[in-house]
Amino acid sequence: MDIRVQEAPFNFGAEAQAFSEAQDGAGAIVTFTGLVRDLPGAPLDVMEIEHYPGMTEKALAKIAQDADARWELTGSLIIHRYGPLRPGDQIMMVATASKHRKDAFEAAEFLMDFLKSRAPFWKREVTAENKAWVDSKAEDEDALSRWDQNQ
Amino acid sequence: MTLEVLYFAWLRERVGEPRERIETNAETAADLVKELIAKDERYALAFADTSSLRVAIDQELTDFDAPLAGAREVAFFPPMTGG
Repeated sequence: MDIRVQEAPFNFGAEAQAFSEAQDGAGAIVTFTGLVRDLPGAPLDVMEIEHYPGMTEKALAKIAQDADARWELTGSLIIHRYGPLRPGDQIMMVATASKHRKDAFEAAEFLMDFLKSRAPFWKREVTAENKAWVDSKAEDEDALSRWDQNQ
Repeated sequence: MTLEVLYFAWLRERVGEPRERIETNAETAADLVKELIAKDERYALAFADTSSLRVAIDQELTDFDAPLAGAREVAFFPPMTGG
């Protein structure tokens, strides 16, 4: 399990390659990368991401441990950025590795679902006219319940 | 007890500071919120609707009725928007 919370950009290709090479006995790797989307209407200048140093790392480690307990993973990686980002910038990535692809796919989705609403990050969209905190979505909270049912 | 109290995102903006040290005998996070609201109007504005807020005690997400006994750090914030 590799958890990184950082302001600096990351090199998605290099990270995916290094992650792949570090796996022992894996037959499948799934990666996901989230990008800053531009806004419809007023163009987005900056997406600011605030976080809770200390708790963020713990919350992400807990989510990765929960995934580890649930699926047979040979490894997992979470990188999440904070600070000012621009449209098209990479915000975060997850990678999961397992013997078979089903575990890797499911674990990657699980990591994404939980880090959306259980890791202490807050996004704010800054346009020429406005600064607005991004509201959480009910569907993101609902997405967590599907993991209860299958427990 | 002395607590380190932290605020994030729009809650931080409404309270007007990111963190403060508070001397309190509050038994739960909800009691602490009541004390803050009684102290100053900016807290009353910030904490008008706690159903839209989250609380973490010593960096663990919990409920507003969770006990504060032994706690060192309490954080209040809106629902998280990671990913």
